[in-house]
Amino acid sequence: MLKLATFERGIHPEEVKELTEASPIVKAALPKRVVIPLSQHTGAPAKPEVVIGDLVKRNQLIGSGQGFVSASVHASISGKVIAIGSFPHPSGRMIQSIVIEGDGKDEEMSLKETPDYLNLSADEIKALIKDAGIVGLGGAAFPTNVKLSPPKEKPIDTVILNGAECEPYLTADHRLMLEQPEGIVAGLKIIMKTLGVTKGYIGIENNKPDAIEAMKKAVSSEESAYSLLPTPYSIEVYPLKVKYPQGAEKMLINAIKDREVPSRGLPMDVGVVVQNVGTAFAVYEAVRYGKPLIERIVTVTGRGIKEPKNMMVRIGTLMSELIEQCGGFTDGAVKVIAGGPMMGFAQWSLDIPVLKGTSGILVLTEKDYVSSEEYLPCIRCGNCIDICPMGLNPSMLSILSEKGRYEEAKEYNLFDCFECGSCAYVCPSNRPIVQFMRLAKSMVKP
Amino acid sequence: MVEKKEHELIVSVSPHIKGEESVSRIMWSVNLALLPAFLMSLYYFGPRALLVTLLCIGAAVASEYIIQKSLKKDVTVSDGSAFLTGLLLGMNLPPGVPFYIPIVGSVVAIVITKQLFGGLGYNIFNPALIGRAFLLISWPKAMTIWSESTAAFVGLDAKTTATPLGILKEEGLGKLIEMFGDKINLYTQLFVGNRAGSLGETSVIALLLGAAYLLYRGYITWHIPLSFLATVGVLAWIFGGKSGLFTGDPLIHLLSGGLMLGAFFMATDYVTCPTVRKGQIIFGIGCGAITILIRLKGGFPEGVMFAILLMNCFAPMIDRSVKTKQFGAIKETKK
Ligand code: SF4
Ligand code: SF4
Repeated sequence: MLKLATFERGIHPEEVKELTEASPIVKAALPKRVVIPLSQHTGAPAKPEVVIGDLVKRNQLIGSGQGFVSASVHASISGKVIAIGSFPHPSGRMIQSIVIEGDGKDEEMSLKETPDYLNLSADEIKALIKDAGIVGLGGAAFPTNVKLSPPKEKPIDTVILNGAECEPYLTADHRLMLEQPEGIVAGLKIIMKTLGVTKGYIGIENNKPDAIEAMKKAVSSEESAYSLLPTPYSIEVYPLKVKYPQGAEKMLINAIKDREVPSRGLPMDVGVVVQNVGTAFAVYEAVRYGKPLIERIVTVTGRGIKEPKNMMVRIGTLMSELIEQCGGFTDGAVKVIAGGPMMGFAQWSLDIPVLKGTSGILVLTEKDYVSSEEYLPCIRCGNCIDICPMGLNPSMLSILSEKGRYEEAKEYNLFDCFECGSCAYVCPSNRPIVQFMRLAKSMVKP
Repeated sequence: MVEKKEHELIVSVSPHIKGEESVSRIMWSVNLALLPAFLMSLYYFGPRALLVTLLCIGAAVASEYIIQKSLKKDVTVSDGSAFLTGLLLGMNLPPGVPFYIPIVGSVVAIVITKQLFGGLGYNIFNPALIGRAFLLISWPKAMTIWSESTAAFVGLDAKTTATPLGILKEEGLGKLIEMFGDKINLYTQLFVGNRAGSLGETSVIALLLGAAYLLYRGYITWHIPLSFLATVGVLAWIFGGKSGLFTGDPLIHLLSGGLMLGAFFMATDYVTCPTVRKGQIIFGIGCGAITILIRLKGGFPEGVMFAILLMNCFAPMIDRSVKTKQFGAIKETKK
């Protein structure tokens, strides 16, 4: 067998995808109320376009993006704006949000479709993506139209769709690839056209052979958007070795194109734009149907959930409602996480909304959960160095941070750490290395 | 149901799952890996070996317990690291030592070398080796009386003799071969461990068995042992011969003394060796070179212990000067 593409180092956490990988996406019940933060993305928060008491319909713009790096937000249900103020956000902070009390009717604002979207110009496409408030759905939630507008001095020659889904437990992207492969390919072609790129890849970890098949089929059969691209173009479905963090942009580019994004650099520095498969699908729906990003697929899973599911969820739905729809907690449930187990955020309350970047709600039990409160000194075993995908020395970095020697930590390339958590995962001393990294980063100028 | 849980939610920083490795799991695995060599020490040196080893372990665990209690620290004796220090010290002692020796050695190892430096993770020197060095300097006589291996459980009054390395140093290879009959028999006896020496160092095969287990589990890597052994072998071949360069016998140097025990179980001690793999190779080479220097030119027949201790001093410096292979390192070339 051919050696599968991958990056150097990395780890193999237990996948636990079997809880949901075979469950088709189901629509979550219409939420009674949604809390829509004005900041769900990297960049400036959106500015409210409604006031308390306004009646809104689904798809209606309620907050518009401010400045270059920002994203608009839309009403995900019809109803009445009952509050605009600070509300808890999955990041643990309080964030300015718009609260809509649903009227149960789910009335929609009609959308402007573009059946001949094939003939749109790059600028028109970007405008549609921007109006739809699309951001990266993989987690970082970077505004997509910005990613599609690289500066002139950074020529792009490759687009990679990220279908790796390397976080354990999560299966949202997997299900989307099975259920909407054509839409994803169409989205990829739109992105390629916008960037004037002829080389596209869809990287998928090898533990999803059905998704690889489905995407291959869609790539070879989907001819409708053919004229979109200059010929010859090519799109390749790329199986990847199952390894965490294979889905990190830099690792993905390294595996598929064998290019190394320079230290502290961005994918565009090596001519690549990476988008999540979910984002590509959202791009397609925005450009073709004018649909704003008002819902997304969320994997509600973990051994702490009675009936794990993949759900299509309106943005702003509170986690408590989704957990209830999945049968509630099992007895041992102790920890609720927005996102995956490696990089997600632990929640202190369940009245917290699903955002555009929330790929999963994971409930861990006592059995899964390892306390990171008690930790030992570094015994210098070197495990973390062996696996850090960025080739850093987490042992040294965590010790320097622990001792308050932050400036020195910077010399050990502190800012190249993207907090994937692999080092903490392998550490026999149970050291909260990611916490040390964040602390050090907050104490020195990048 | 959903509401009720709220106040119980645990909030902590990612990652929220963790691999199965823990300090105690590693330490107990190393202890387990030393079991074959320990059994061989019983076989060759009888009940005395058991007694000495138990005294070492008991004293090490007890002194860790007492000092942690008195310093009001968490007691960590269950993590197996004090046990390991005791076991390693025992394996480094001659079978016939008086019984106060294991106790003093363990106290020096645990109290002074480990706990007074801040406990596991903070010590600069390998505790068991400092314990042994202290004993060797304080009681040079008692620490160099070697019993002949008997394999017969005659116990306390075994005949004393010199170690193969001692004979090699004082009387040369010829005498050694003569004692064992022929060269093949010499190598074989060294390999299985039928010879005078410290308790746990004599049986190469038993040590290799344990080392293979640790390599397989990933608890040690090849970097230190291989560079250490290769350096000893090459330098012994070049400088070890009586009739000029390149006439030495590398095998005899590799198989005798505490080299195998040192290279696989003592030089690889996480806390006191470099963490970056490239640095570990430098460390191993350093250990090998100093070992041979002492064996060929020094006052002692064996140099493994001092070699490792000396290199322990350099470990932090090696770690600071050897860089990891950074992803996306910016090359110094102009575009
Ligand atoms: S140091 Fe940062 S990048 Fe490296 S493994 Fe740890 S969290 Fe990941
Ligand atoms: S894995 Fe933990 S104990 Fe081992 S070197 Fe890294 S920080 Fe230290």
